[in-house]
Amino acid sequence: MGRYVARRFVSMIITLWFVITITFFLMHSIPGGPFSREKALPEKVLEALNEKYHLNDPLWKQYTDYLQGVVVLDFGPSFSRPGIFVWDKIQEGFPISAKVGGIASLFVIIAGIPAGVISALYQNKLPDYIVTVIATVGVAVPSFVVATLFIYVFSEKLMLVPAYGLEEIKSYIGPTIALAGFSLSFVARLSRSSLLEVMQQDYIRTARAKGLSELSVIFKHAIKNSLIPVITYMGPTIASILTGSFVVERIFAIPGMGKLFVESVGNRDYTMIMGTTIFYAAFAIIMIFLVDIAYGIIDPRIKLGD
Amino acid sequence: MFKRSLALLLVVMMVAGLFIGCGGNTEEPAAPADNTPAETTEPAAETPEPTEAPAEQVLYWNIGAEPKTIDPGLNAAVDGGHVINNMFEGLMRELNGTLEPAMAESYTVSDDGMVYTFTLRDAKWSDGKTVTAQDFEWAWNRVLAPETASEYSWIFDAANVDTFQALDDKTFEVTLKAPTPYFLGLTAFYTFFPVRQESVEAGADGAWAIDPAKSIVNGPFMLDSYVGGDRLELVPNPEYWQADKVKLERIVGVMIVEASTALTAYEGGTLDVLATVPTEEISRLIAEDPTFYILPMDGTYYYAFNVEAAPLDDVNVRKALSLAIDRQAICDTVTKAGQIPALNIVAPTSYDADGNLFSDQLGSVGLQATAAVEDAQQALADAGYPNGEGFPTLELMYNTSEGHKVIAEAIQEMWKKNLNIDVALTNQEWAVFQDTRKQGSFQVARAGWIGDYSDPMTYLDMFTSTNIGATNYSRWVNEDYDKLLEDAKTAPGQERFNMLYDAGKLVEEAYINLPIYYYTNTIMVADKVHDWEMNTRSTWWFGFAYIE
Repeated sequence: MGRYVARRFVSMIITLWFVITITFFLMHSIPGGPFSREKALPEKVLEALNEKYHLNDPLWKQYTDYLQGVVVLDFGPSFSRPGIFVWDKIQEGFPISAKVGGIASLFVIIAGIPAGVISALYQNKLPDYIVTVIATVGVAVPSFVVATLFIYVFSEKLMLVPAYGLEEIKSYIGPTIALAGFSLSFVARLSRSSLLEVMQQDYIRTARAKGLSELSVIFKHAIKNSLIPVITYMGPTIASILTGSFVVERIFAIPGMGKLFVESVGNRDYTMIMGTTIFYAAFAIIMIFLVDIAYGIIDPRIKLGD
Repeated sequence: MFKRSLALLLVVMMVAGLFIGCGGNTEEPAAPADNTPAETTEPAAETPEPTEAPAEQVLYWNIGAEPKTIDPGLNAAVDGGHVINNMFEGLMRELNGTLEPAMAESYTVSDDGMVYTFTLRDAKWSDGKTVTAQDFEWAWNRVLAPETASEYSWIFDAANVDTFQALDDKTFEVTLKAPTPYFLGLTAFYTFFPVRQESVEAGADGAWAIDPAKSIVNGPFMLDSYVGGDRLELVPNPEYWQADKVKLERIVGVMIVEASTALTAYEGGTLDVLATVPTEEISRLIAEDPTFYILPMDGTYYYAFNVEAAPLDDVNVRKALSLAIDRQAICDTVTKAGQIPALNIVAPTSYDADGNLFSDQLGSVGLQATAAVEDAQQALADAGYPNGEGFPTLELMYNTSEGHKVIAEAIQEMWKKNLNIDVALTNQEWAVFQDTRKQGSFQVARAGWIGDYSDPMTYLDMFTSTNIGATNYSRWVNEDYDKLLEDAKTAPGQERFNMLYDAGKLVEEAYINLPIYYYTNTIMVADKVHDWEMNTRSTWWFGFAYIE
């Protein structure tokens, strides 16, 4: 186990290094430069800006400086917002996204898996149909439609929840639904089909044959094994939900990571784009790692370290 | 078995708990819920005023995207300007369309119009120190220092500022290179606002301006809190020289980017002021909502013809293209936000020395709001392409955006219908497009210009031969034009404007631009908000606003 973790750690670092390198050189090959403006900046000002942000240094030096910075979590200053540092903005934005996303992720797990299980246990009966229909709608309708519809109905027409921000507890309802909708539906469908498949397995028949109650067959043997694909899916999903959806955050005016990322793209804030991309990549890599660990716990046949 | 499921549960809990835990740490700065009165009663407890009307003096205003900076010397954008205009004050201030002395109590102008001497009033900064002429001197020098890298420092050149100095604490003298009628107006513009040295030096690169502990201001409101990407809150500055006229007790400036969300919040009553309205809602709002306003804006949307690229090197071709489009139809059916058809490049927001609206007086050379089809066809025939025969396919380029695309498509169709010529549309990403345009590697390119100061010079100056490679996208060279503009920089009064009229005629007769429409501001202000103002620079002013 220890050796496995160490090996995975090294490969994580290498993956991350690839991400940093690719992002860095992509950002530096974009035409126009970070300071191109409708009204061209005076030469002196442009020179001062380039000097300030070390854009006059040779590219390899900028690259090594940047790598050194990343190691100590210094992603440099924002190119488009003077006086603001990328890491500060990430630290501000991520907890907000993670809070909304955490609620949404819990919602996905708590509601999605049971819905799938119920649906599978009542295959081709009413509960199954209800879950399947809702899940199909949930997968098919994009989050921005859910978000806009939610605001339209509950904020504008019924005036039950605020249209924007996270001021009140009930402000979280809309973003949670919009953020969780797709994954929840997907998890429900996934756990349904997975459980149905597991129920056909020989060992389930064996369990039944040795006289176990149906309840204990399902809960002790079937569900746990059916969760493997769900967990595979949940790792990257949680990573993406926690780091914020730019669509949902934009519509509900939540100052999280997603909004930060999109605005930095709009502002051509290169350092901010690099910082948020690398942060997201690191986070996704860690989540995938956790999923791999979780496999080992759920299914003893998967041996880590092989 | 059970142990394993427990372990699974633990992993899930750990992962979830990790982030919920993270959220908890920064909860306080992220949500200053305690001092933001959500709906009704709370603030009354904070400020008990038994004799006043019960209306809560809190203004909820959507700033839109987070301003890049609210440091007056560094700001170069409209959204930052809104906030700065309510926190700082220059020598003059524009109120109800006229310039009023602000930090200056009075000023004198030398007979040649070159030396302005401002006498400052007894005004104080928010920390109680007096606003001095030295503050202005320091602030202006800071903007001009290259290491400040102020994007708007060039405006000192545009204003012909030569030297400036504090003669004593209360006297500030500015010497211009030439008499400049719009200089005084510019002293009400943020780049010319004073800032406090101690404050600025406390937080590099404008970081001081968003830190309530470091920000020192001299305007009606001061910073109470700032949460990036979310909101900023302003409270009255008790040291403001007209503090008795400031009635709002708090301004909550939220940063909602999504226009439809902002509109929903406005219609639900949780926002009082907004300036970003979804285009598709505008026709409904014009018809139904009396709190929807369309205000003129100092800006022109136009296309530039590259005079070096055949067949556009022929003035008759340019004339034909310009005459053949129906500007009214574009405003009414495409842009639909109350835009005004543009018949020349200068937006109708500045006046000459005799008090005439410059744009109207300049007039147009044959352009009409609707298409002048016969004249256009005649011009095309004069150029040797009767009924469009033999005319090569023209390339019209715009920067990638749905809004620009629909306009380009409308014009493409008009040219096809009225002139029988084919146009290919291409688009480029903004940064690439800007380079393309400056290098002149295009035939027809979209452009837009927002006036920097209230004077036709801000438009006409774009087309001098020295600005080729910068704002003269057409690469048009006319020595008479260059000379007229150069002379106008030193000419006095109406004589100067006559030169600008002559210059304006030259640029029109050359048909190097195809003016399309003048921009407008589409804004919404709730009924209960009174005495708000949006000045001719399209900047909000809530200094004397109140809620009733």
